[in-house]
Amino acid sequence: MNRKKLQKLTDSLTKNCKHFSKFEVKCLINLFYNLVGEVTERQGVIIGLDRNAFRNILHMTFGMTDDMIMDRVFRGFDKDNDGCISVIEWVYGLSVFLRGTLEEKMKYCFEVFDLNGDSFISKEEMFHMLKNSLLKQPSEEDPDEGIKDLVEITLKKMDHDHDGKLSFADYEQAVREETLLLEAFGPCLPDPKSQKEFEAQVFKDPNEFSEV
Amino acid sequence: MGVALTRSAQWTAAGHGAKTLEVTPLNEAIVKEIIMFVESFIYKYPQEANYVFVEPLEWKTNLDPSAFGSGYAVSGTTVKSEEVDKNGEPLLYLSVPQIKIRSFGQLSRMLYIAKNMKLKEAQACIEANRNPVAKILGLDYNIINEKNGSSLVSSILDKITKDNDSENEIKMKIALQLKQLDLHLLNHSLKHISLEIRLNPGTVKNDIELLKQFSGKGEQTVLESIEYTSDYEFSNGCRAPPWRQIKGEICYVLVKPHDAETLCVTCSKEGVFLNGGKTDDEGQINYERKGEIYKDLVTLLKEKSAIFSENMSKQEIKFSEQPQKDQPNEAPKEEVAITHKTSITSRKSTQEKNRINLGRSQLTKRLEPSLNWRTSVSSKESRNTLRDTQVEKHGGRLEKSRSSLSPGRAQLIRKSVEKIEEIVSDSSSESEEDEEQPDHRQEANADLPSEYWQIQKLVKYLKGGNQTATVIALCSMKDFNLAQETCQLAIRDVGGLEVLINLLETDEVKCKIGSLKILKEISHNPQIRRNIVDLGGLPVMVNILDSPHKSLKCLAAETIANVAKFRRARRVVRRHGGITKLVALLDCGKHSAEPAQSSLYETRDVEVARCGALALWSCSKSYANKEAIRKAGGIPLLARLLKTSHENMLIPVVGTLQECASEENYRAAIKAERIIENLVKNLNSENEQLQEHCAMAIYQCAEDEETRDLVRLHGGLKPLASLLNNTDNKERLAAVTGAIWKCSISKENVTKFREYKAIETLVGLLTDQPEEVLVNVVGALGECCQEHENRVIIRKCGGIQPLVNLLVGINQALLVNVTKAVGACAREPESMMIIDHLDGVRLLWSLLKNPHPDVKASAAWALCPCIQNAKDAGEMVRSFVGGLELVVNLLKSDNKEVLASVCAVITNIAKDQENLAVITDHGVVPLLSKLANTNNDKLRRHLAETISRCCMWGRNRVAFGEHKAVAPLVRYLKSNDTNVHRATAQALYQLSEDADNCITMHENGAVKLLLDMVGSPDEELQEAAAGCISNIRRLALAIEKARYS
Repeated sequence: MNRKKLQKLTDSLTKNCKHFSKFEVKCLINLFYNLVGEVTERQGVIIGLDRNAFRNILHMTFGMTDDMIMDRVFRGFDKDNDGCISVIEWVYGLSVFLRGTLEEKMKYCFEVFDLNGDSFISKEEMFHMLKNSLLKQPSEEDPDEGIKDLVEITLKKMDHDHDGKLSFADYEQAVREETLLLEAFGPCLPDPKSQKEFEAQVFKDPNEFSEV
Repeated sequence: MGVALTRSAQWTAAGHGAKTLEVTPLNEAIVKEIIMFVESFIYKYPQEANYVFVEPLEWKTNLDPSAFGSGYAVSGTTVKSEEVDKNGEPLLYLSVPQIKIRSFGQLSRMLYIAKNMKLKEAQACIEANRNPVAKILGLDYNIINEKNGSSLVSSILDKITKDNDSENEIKMKIALQLKQLDLHLLNHSLKHISLEIRLNPGTVKNDIELLKQFSGKGEQTVLESIEYTSDYEFSNGCRAPPWRQIKGEICYVLVKPHDAETLCVTCSKEGVFLNGGKTDDEGQINYERKGEIYKDLVTLLKEKSAIFSENMSKQEIKFSEQPQKDQPNEAPKEEVAITHKTSITSRKSTQEKNRINLGRSQLTKRLEPSLNWRTSVSSKESRNTLRDTQVEKHGGRLEKSRSSLSPGRAQLIRKSVEKIEEIVSDSSSESEEDEEQPDHRQEANADLPSEYWQIQKLVKYLKGGNQTATVIALCSMKDFNLAQETCQLAIRDVGGLEVLINLLETDEVKCKIGSLKILKEISHNPQIRRNIVDLGGLPVMVNILDSPHKSLKCLAAETIANVAKFRRARRVVRRHGGITKLVALLDCGKHSAEPAQSSLYETRDVEVARCGALALWSCSKSYANKEAIRKAGGIPLLARLLKTSHENMLIPVVGTLQECASEENYRAAIKAERIIENLVKNLNSENEQLQEHCAMAIYQCAEDEETRDLVRLHGGLKPLASLLNNTDNKERLAAVTGAIWKCSISKENVTKFREYKAIETLVGLLTDQPEEVLVNVVGALGECCQEHENRVIIRKCGGIQPLVNLLVGINQALLVNVTKAVGACAREPESMMIIDHLDGVRLLWSLLKNPHPDVKASAAWALCPCIQNAKDAGEMVRSFVGGLELVVNLLKSDNKEVLASVCAVITNIAKDQENLAVITDHGVVPLLSKLANTNNDKLRRHLAETISRCCMWGRNRVAFGEHKAVAPLVRYLKSNDTNVHRATAQALYQLSEDADNCITMHENGAVKLLLDMVGSPDEELQEAAAGCISNIRRLALAIEKARYS
């Protein structure tokens, strides 16, 4: 990509993305191209991170382990649903992922948890997401029993309109009461430690800094 | 053999010399087995029978030498066997009553000779030789016995290969034989124990009741009659007299079978046996056992009576249907009773239990449970769901135990539902104890609130969940009413505290936050606090104070604030460096440039500081922590936080300061950090708690004069005075009055208070206030009364009466202050009249009997102005019966302040000649003289004044000289205190009227000291010193004159 185009991209992204400085956007763009590798740009071929590459980043850099959640995070980033995260999606995504306000994060997390995208987190979805959250105890006849119970507990806690599923309003209210519930059904945001490491690593170049 | 003897055989308790074997069926069986072994030894192993023991077996025998026949050389009381060892020593040597035997052959023969005394001889032998194996084979073989099977064989083989001579081979064979015997005995005793059903009063009673139902006249009955010998039943269910109960006997029964004479039967724990029967005359029972021991009554009777046995089997058929009908409703009830019973029995030594189990498993192979049994039990199983699983689980064991019963018992039991139940429970008794426990607990806890179970479930998820599940469980747990004790204790009781504290040690920020949020709430409970400390929660929380996440820091600090409410916890916090970290939390604002981070884990810096202050406040209640806070540089930080305007922040900050201000160096630092200004400012706050803590802090700090001035200069007196008008909040009132008290020690402050009309308000607070308030109010009035104007104000607003009324209290601090205030008031003759009228002097006088020296001294000081200003004081003092004696006796006190005050009182009393005479009679002179050797200037001064006053009577001057009071008084002149000088000079002047005293003074160098005093600007001192010198000089002149004339 030529210098001019890069400059333009940086400027427009910086303008639209409040959480990053110009320098940071630049760093992220650089990182993106580093990750994608040297692919010659051609018309019609989208340059971006595919699902596996992205999941690899989530796993290696942010220590995520849950396949399903990682998949959902990928979908969260991939706004245009083309199976590939473009540089724009990358910067926007990371803006929420790393620096989002509570509102942005709530929206993002809800999207991640709403597996079928029907704007509700249903019991089934919860069950699916919490499936592996309890250690199997050999004494129990039905290992799913605990999960079901856990789903009930969550519903009791979060389902304010008692319709047996979580709407965004339910979720928002619950999270505002107790921020810990933001990632109620699995970690889909970076933990503070890996976030700090990531930022420190990506935004460090002092030479670039002097330029800004 | 060794093992069996030590473990299985029932030895009597040690303590009475040699242990003996108890007479029990088990021991009897063991001994019989041993006899069988020894008797057959000579036939089975003729070669080994000749083996000579390493040491002879030796015991006291009852055998008569004459019983020995061929093969023995009998001479009088000694018997020698003709069989000898290599050295020609006989293998059997009897010298009545000692017998020594050295081979199995001889042992066998001896037993043969003993005939029916075998048992006794064998027993005596075993008792006398507690370790027969060692004696037979030598000590090293005994060691083998301790080892287990495989190593035994190998070690034996080792030995065989090593020393390959024939004797050793024999030894080995014997060792193996003995080992086998040992195993055999153990097995045998197990069988025996398993067969032995320990009867208890309940079962015996049941048996007898049951039999009673089937007895009476007629062919069909099993017995003619069965009855107890005694109608009295002890509370433990036994009917045997207590001294027999000790032997395990439960009751005695007279049984009349159809076909035999009346049997007198003893039922004991060990079993049932025939006793000696009733002795005719007194109805006494011959308790001696006369027959075999049976498992139970039925077995015994079957043995003794054929008709019983026959009819029993008939009854069996008849009643076998009955239980089928009865069972359903009876079963559950029985269940409860039985489980209870079994839990008792199961508590018996586990060793015993194990043996029983073993024994049973062996028996299973031989005894087959009857079909009847199966059906009854299985029908029971199907009905009883609760027990279902247990019965299934232990089905195997159930069968074993069933079969362990003797057939006789089983037959009877088959007829009765109760019995069936009992057996079932018997079987479960050993193994199910553990499983029973949670059951029991559930039953016992059945009335627990539903929260308990819900919390238990949540804790389960906390334990077994990943991060996500844990957070959900934590959030859900937080929704319980954690302020409620039920929930707090429930979390603890289901092991939640451990988990919560464990979570703090993980890396999961969210889990830590969730856990701390719960801990913060439940740690309001004192029990939980202690549990948290016991579980080592504090060090973990202290570590979290270093966390980069502010909300974590806050929560940890808040939790520490709650937990550190008791001393041990505060110490733990300090020991783990918590104070330094908490002080560091106060240091907010420095990093204000920090970027606004994501909201999830962050809060404002101010909040962090607030939580830090909160924790420090709790911690500051320990002295060492105050010091640690100061050393960590906490005071400047607290001072800075004090400048903020957040009440939430100010309260813990001021609270900490107030707590710490009890220390001198804190007060200095508080002054230096200009904290007073802010404290005063916050007195004007709206928040009552804040006002209270500020006033309290001022109260603590105002001990210092400069601080008092600062309070005035910053305008703190006015808000204090105005706060007096609000009397609803007693804590605050106490703090405010305290601050006023301390501030009014400075005269300028008192003037201000008078301006603000605080004195009138204080007088108004003398009634209907709690003691904490009263102490301070009276203390403040006491200070105000030092000025004439204020005394007038107090009198005018009627303050004297309530003050005098307070003299009857018991609060020590209050009494000290009240006496001081009353004494100050008494300086006004007008007020004194009121006090006298109210009988205040008498009340003060009786306070001289108060146990607290402070009260005594204060009362005595108060009495001085009373006596001075009372009209007709002498008469008044005399009117107190025993009052003068009481005062004089107080001179025996150890407390310098009491002594000084009493001296002052005596000085005033002695102004009245008549009273002076009385106290002289009470021996005031020797008592005062004894006090003379003191370094305390206050005491010296008042003592000297008293002495000078007391010299005015009779020959007291001479008496002081005789009691050696003069020389010490002279030394008082070397003191630095002019008051002491004046009083002493006056005393010496009085004493110098006596010639001997003059000599003493002269000898002690008084003249030179007094000459200096003459130059003093104090006229009284000048005069007294001069007078004294003149007296001394006059004496000298007189002597000179006498010498030359």
